[in-house]
Amino acid sequence: MEARNFTFMFYGFLAAWLIVLLYVVSLARRGARLRKELEDVKQLVASGQKS
Amino acid sequence: MREKLIIALAAAAAILLAYDLYQIFLVIPDDVAQGYMYRIIYFHVPAAWIGMIGFFAAMTLSVLYLAGGNFKYDSLAASIVEVSLVFSTVNLVTGSIWGRVQWGIWWTWDYRLTSQLVCVLTFAGYLMMRRAIDEPTLRARLSAALTIFGSFNVVIVWKSIEWYRNQHPGPVISFRTGGGKMDPGMEHMLFLNFFALLVVAAALTLVRTRQESTAREIDSLRRAAHV
Repeated sequence: MEARNFTFMFYGFLAAWLIVLLYVVSLARRGARLRKELEDVKQLVASGQKS
Repeated sequence: MREKLIIALAAAAAILLAYDLYQIFLVIPDDVAQGYMYRIIYFHVPAAWIGMIGFFAAMTLSVLYLAGGNFKYDSLAASIVEVSLVFSTVNLVTGSIWGRVQWGIWWTWDYRLTSQLVCVLTFAGYLMMRRAIDEPTLRARLSAALTIFGSFNVVIVWKSIEWYRNQHPGPVISFRTGGGKMDPGMEHMLFLNFFALLVVAAALTLVRTRQESTAREIDSLRRAAHV
């Protein structure tokens, strides 16, 4: 019972941290995509104003 | 300024969590009935609280948006809902793992579990809906309406363990029971870890809010370019 208890406690903590970690990774990727999109749109607007 | 605040919150969260994990695993004694396993509550319960507080905060911001039409409230509500959804999912998953050992089952259609699942599905639907609507005003209005509707379910989640006696344990925290159900040392640790996870949630919300601002900037630049 003790070993099983410990194993499932480990699974619980692992699952909790994994969910948060996956969210942090998804946030970082979304942030990078948004920054690139913002740069692209700014360049597009700037090139449109020049012409 | 916001960048520095995010870094400060992340650093504070790291210090608090390191201290809490040390206490949880190496200082606090095992539970007499559950052994090691009970330690899951130090994440399971605070994650549920953060989810509920977040959904209520989002409801307040949604009401403010509907009253004034300021898109900043809509962005902040969306950011808070997303982070709250992550913590509510942590609550459901850790609860399921705890239930597998204590009850012998991964899941049961208990009032608390079912209402929490409905809450998670409602707000997951909220995020899907936001992606599906391009028009900002319509998106913000429908999001606000869904947040207000979904927040009523949070009350049911909170009160379900008092209204119905089912599989899920009843209230044990002293501010709900008046004390005597949980060891004060264990409860103190629960509040400490709640605070640490709240700091994590605040940092994540700030990052998400900054992304919403960038998305709004992109949107306004696109609109200006088309005029």
